Amino acid sequence: MIHLTTPLSDEVLELRAGDAVTLSGTVYTARDEAHQRMMEEGIPFDPAGAAVYHCGPVIGAGRVIAAGPTTSARMNRLSGFILDAGVRALIGKGGMGPEVREQLRGRGVYLAFTGGCAALAAARMTLKGVYFDDLGMAEAVWEIELDHLPLIVGIDAHGGDLFGDVDRKAKIQFERRFNT
Amino acid sequence: MIERAASGLSGAVASATYSAFLEAETSIPTDVRRALRRARDREQSATARTQFENIEENIRYAEEHGLPICQDTGVPVVYLTIPPTVPFTRDLFDAVAEGVKRATREVPLRPNVVDPLSRENSGDNTGAGMPAVHVMPGDDLTVTVLPKGAGAENCSRIAMLLPSEAGEIARFVAETVLIAGGRPCPPVVLGVGIGSTFDGAAALAKEALLLPIDEMTSFEQEICDAVNALGIGPMGLGGDTTALAVKVKTGACHTASLPVAVNVQCWACRRSTRRVEVAE
Repeated sequence: MIHLTTPLSDEVLELRAGDAVTLSGTVYTARDEAHQRMMEEGIPFDPAGAAVYHCGPVIGAGRVIAAGPTTSARMNRLSGFILDAGVRALIGKGGMGPEVREQLRGRGVYLAFTGGCAALAAARMTLKGVYFDDLGMAEAVWEIELDHLPLIVGIDAHGGDLFGDVDRKAKIQFERRFNT
Repeated sequence: MIERAASGLSGAVASATYSAFLEAETSIPTDVRRALRRARDREQSATARTQFENIEENIRYAEEHGLPICQDTGVPVVYLTIPPTVPFTRDLFDAVAEGVKRATREVPLRPNVVDPLSRENSGDNTGAGMPAVHVMPGDDLTVTVLPKGAGAENCSRIAMLLPSEAGEIARFVAETVLIAGGRPCPPVVLGVGIGSTFDGAAALAKEALLLPIDEMTSFEQEICDAVNALGIGPMGLGGDTTALAVKVKTGACHTASLPVAVNVQCWACRRSTRRVEVAE
């Protein structure tokens, strides 16, 4: 098991799709609306070596109650600018498009967490702060401290893409069964 | 579990709705747990096994601490059965909405319900037509909740097949899962509605998600096998189980029609039922 800590350094470039890792340190949640706001107004945190978590948590009484990943593919067209700014890891579920795979080449990784595992994630999180809280609980940018969240490298910095591979094989299986 | 109508019928329905949501959001039904364990035990892929381990640990932690299983606590979908002794009035709908608002505050649920165009959030998971309440006649007054997360719901599809295309049903279901990939949080449960009308097929597909998932007919098994042959696996990371189960509900339809709807449900196949005891 490889242990990563933010801010992330060049070590992420050595990871390969399929590697199991844990991540500790700060992550910033962001969904569709937060990405749009960041494009218009700038990134409210230091993006150098940062990790962005596709997540709309349940927050209550100053703590993280539930915080599993949301579907990353919704952020396909919204992620280029934060990678340009130095963000080194995107965390989410379900994989991302080929444009993101190319944008990650040589500079970052996409890490997959298990969808729905919101209680498990929250158990390893401490709430630190919030930006854009006027966007509401699900869409605000929450600053969260992680303690060894278990993740799988979904897309690596060399163009390796576990989700893309699975997708390709699934298409072949489908064709074989139904289109012959 | 039985909810007594001590605080009046509306109070009892609100209370039953609240407690059904509390259970549905913070625990996983035993048939779903069994299906998850069975899938974990036969899984060959090491990466897929890590996903099952996370799912198991997540369920255990959520149940122990009374926390939501998933941060997407869904939109409230509610099924009522109403016996002849209970008047079918607006009060029943208001009582269900009251239970949803209480669940939003106390479970707590994430406020997910927004106006479809302005995207303004109501803050309490109610809105026009929401909670979605479906009513059927019954022997007892029961409240069943099916909180529906958007990741899976967004992958659902409907097709108006030709009457001669009954053989295409498995293809349509498998294609729906192929397009969805890892997005609906597989291993999924697939509710398939066949027949009725355009809207009726979709309703049947969702109702099919209320059926126990640890047994399948040979027709359901055949579709499930076709889906699992795709190898999408838990979370789209590859693996042996993409669907825990396929559940089919049929309805009679026009001789010129064959509507088929697939309602996709994530592994967190959350549901819960309460019976409300009505004083004579």
